[in-house]
Amino acid sequence: MRAVEDALGITIPQNAQIIRNLIEGSQYVQDHVIHFYHLHALDWVDITGALKADPAGTAKLAQSISDWPNSSEAHFKGVQNRVKTFVESGQLGLFANAYWGHPAYKLPPEANLMAVAHYLEALDWQRDVIRVHAILGAKNPHPQTYLVGGMALPIDPNSQNALNADKLALMKQLLAKARVFVEKVYIPDLLAVAPFYKDWAGVGGGVGNFLAYGEFPLTPNNTERLFLPRGVILNKDLTKVLPMDHQKVSEYVTRSWYDYAGGDGKALHPWDGETAPHYTGPKPPYDSMVGDGAKYSWLKAPRYDGNAMEVGPLARMLVAYGSGVKPVVDTVNLVLKTLGVGPEALFSTLGRTAARGVETLVLAQQIESWVDALAANIKRGDLKTHNGDKWDPSKWPSEAKGFGFFEAPRGALGHWVRIKDGAIANYQCVVPSTWNGSPRDASNKRGAWEEALVGTPVTDPERPIEILRTVHSFDPCMACAVHVVDTHGREVTRIKVV
Amino acid sequence: MNDFSPGLENVLARQGVTRRDFLKFCSAMAATLVLPTRYVERIADALATVKRPPLVWLEFQDCAGCSEAFLRASRPSVGDIVLDILSVNYHETIMAPAGKAAVKSLDDTVKEGGYLVVVEGSIPTKDNGIYCTIGGRTALDIAKQVCGKAAATLTVGACAFYGGWPNATPNPTGAVGVKDAVPGITLLNLPGCPPNPVNITATVVHYLTFGSLPATDQLGRPLFAYGTRIHDNCERRAHYDAGEYVEEWGDDHARAGWCLYKMGCKGPATFHNCPTVRYNDGTSWPVGAGHGCVGCSEVAFWDTMSPFYRRLPNVAGFGVEAQADQIGLGIVGGVAAAFAAHGVVSAIRARQQPLARHESDGVSAEGKEG
Repeated sequence: MRAVEDALGITIPQNAQIIRNLIEGSQYVQDHVIHFYHLHALDWVDITGALKADPAGTAKLAQSISDWPNSSEAHFKGVQNRVKTFVESGQLGLFANAYWGHPAYKLPPEANLMAVAHYLEALDWQRDVIRVHAILGAKNPHPQTYLVGGMALPIDPNSQNALNADKLALMKQLLAKARVFVEKVYIPDLLAVAPFYKDWAGVGGGVGNFLAYGEFPLTPNNTERLFLPRGVILNKDLTKVLPMDHQKVSEYVTRSWYDYAGGDGKALHPWDGETAPHYTGPKPPYDSMVGDGAKYSWLKAPRYDGNAMEVGPLARMLVAYGSGVKPVVDTVNLVLKTLGVGPEALFSTLGRTAARGVETLVLAQQIESWVDALAANIKRGDLKTHNGDKWDPSKWPSEAKGFGFFEAPRGALGHWVRIKDGAIANYQCVVPSTWNGSPRDASNKRGAWEEALVGTPVTDPERPIEILRTVHSFDPCMACAVHVVDTHGREVTRIKVV
Repeated sequence: MNDFSPGLENVLARQGVTRRDFLKFCSAMAATLVLPTRYVERIADALATVKRPPLVWLEFQDCAGCSEAFLRASRPSVGDIVLDILSVNYHETIMAPAGKAAVKSLDDTVKEGGYLVVVEGSIPTKDNGIYCTIGGRTALDIAKQVCGKAAATLTVGACAFYGGWPNATPNPTGAVGVKDAVPGITLLNLPGCPPNPVNITATVVHYLTFGSLPATDQLGRPLFAYGTRIHDNCERRAHYDAGEYVEEWGDDHARAGWCLYKMGCKGPATFHNCPTVRYNDGTSWPVGAGHGCVGCSEVAFWDTMSPFYRRLPNVAGFGVEAQADQIGLGIVGGVAAAFAAHGVVSAIRARQQPLARHESDGVSAEGKEG
């Protein structure tokens, strides 16, 4: 959408910009909470440990960190009984065969029980708060009101078939519910769990280079004023946030299952990108695809000015922190102070997981004001949600090209389009997990996941929970395979992380 | 402990839900399934006493959007499904184990048999299936084994139905849906992009209650969810019949909620219960938010329903109320003609097999094309 709007020089109405910000902002909050509780927590929380907890102790712990109302002994006793019944049924379902009891689990039983209770509460919460997407975008997942030039959703305070006062009120209610859960459950849990895993502030740092396209334009299509700024940080240098120039993005296929017409040694900018798959890996079924110098991934290797980059909440928060964005600076400093660590701790698995929490809190505390901004616009009589000047392709130039940026919850997403005679001539997407999960490039440089795993201690090669912690901290959108190999090159175990 | 025995009624009782409320829920479920009220007690009995049947959820060429949709399920909620109603033994995105430990969960379930399998995502068949491998095995290999031994297979989403987005022209990986990848199995399709979780849970509840899958159309889609044309239940239908259309995005007619036909709405050619059940606990649906239907529950919709913003083939005389039904039929025929123009329809016919359980009157776009 933004790629085409950029190519055709379309400015979208202010209302459409705010509606997009509301959809994306509420997506961050909901998605990050799901990531923390449902995709990442069980790397740190031992569900079986919850069975040994004293519910009175859990109540005491919960009440000491938050005034969230569901914190009575009876409440936690109920949750514990539910887990007990489940375990005693002998059908462990999704929780069978995990690394329960692994010595890397450090939480006391009472904290495990609290986390399990919130795992269940978050499941119900996420379903409700994301109704903001249904109000603005028809449904979630996959909202369906985005258009080139704005949004299909009409605004009219005097119609039930458009965004009106009733729907604004419902959104405010849902976003307040979203914020309260983040303030009273997610953040207190994060801060309560983190001290038990402080050693993870020294593990999983990765490439140390960070890329953020920035997000939440505060004026129509004005990329100079973004709520979360655009920028590049190299070599962990927070004192220098460099300007981002998308012309410096390029992709290698040296170690990827694609061919470039001009040879695999050179990187291509996405406007000139090619996608010609050519699989050269082992014939399935296979156990291992390790081979020196061979191609090994369906991901291309994107680079920024030749550098492997990390994208995602940590990158966004570091760029915002380095740029002096006040709510981010304040929240990051508060978290660092609470945990008693310095900014260097951010470059780690723990830092990545904490940054996601920081971003959630900052957004959750911001987005309600965007509903107010929308209401103020409507009050002024501005009902416009779509700019249709270029809707008809006959009004397009015969050739155009554009760059569309988006900060997905899991990181920087870029789309590059070339338009010729009213149709797409080339379209290339460089997505967050391509940056983070990048294979090596022509100079054998590692991508973010690979680099982050270097030096990760693994206490039991048969049950490498430590690897899950680091890879999951990136919120990968796909599976990756990690083979644990001993120093003699013999494969000890292999693990697929999803 | 009797207080905490599994079964939905006990679960709800622990959460303070009374028998009366539980029966109300069962009534709502019966309504979703378009069943007479005498079935309410039967649903209640099944949910209250059932032992948890195993389910595995496979993801192939997918975006996890259908999994996300499943997480939005509310009746019953996904927490209740996972802990108390089914034994969800394998789901790569939300399961706790990874790698070999996760594969063990799948292997153990398949070995034991008697499980349901849900498939999300398409299955690439080109070049020996190398475009999607999991743990060194191709999606095709896994699907054949796991679906082949299942009690029944449910596909969720457009991709597992007919290949979805990966299958769109030029289909570089040879992506197909489950029906073509694993022919001859007991199969039910819940297409959509993504499907409405209400229809996923209603199908599961139907299966648990009656021990069989609900009746389907020729495309294997349950009639309770895909038996009626969107256009026929659309809240804006009166505007269509009266010839009142949105002409431009955001115009006065858009704000007044007039018909989106001219903006490309595919409701007249799409069978789905979106207008009646809506999404996200009944909050809204595409037309309700001012955007046309894109036909996401129909065969190969990325090819057959696009361009999404071009109106369906011209129909003479629309706007005349008396002819509305004929107009609807004509449009469906027009789309079928468009399929033929793309060379799609013959391929679809060739791949179609009559379903053993088929007991419907064949209500579908395909069925009406003649």
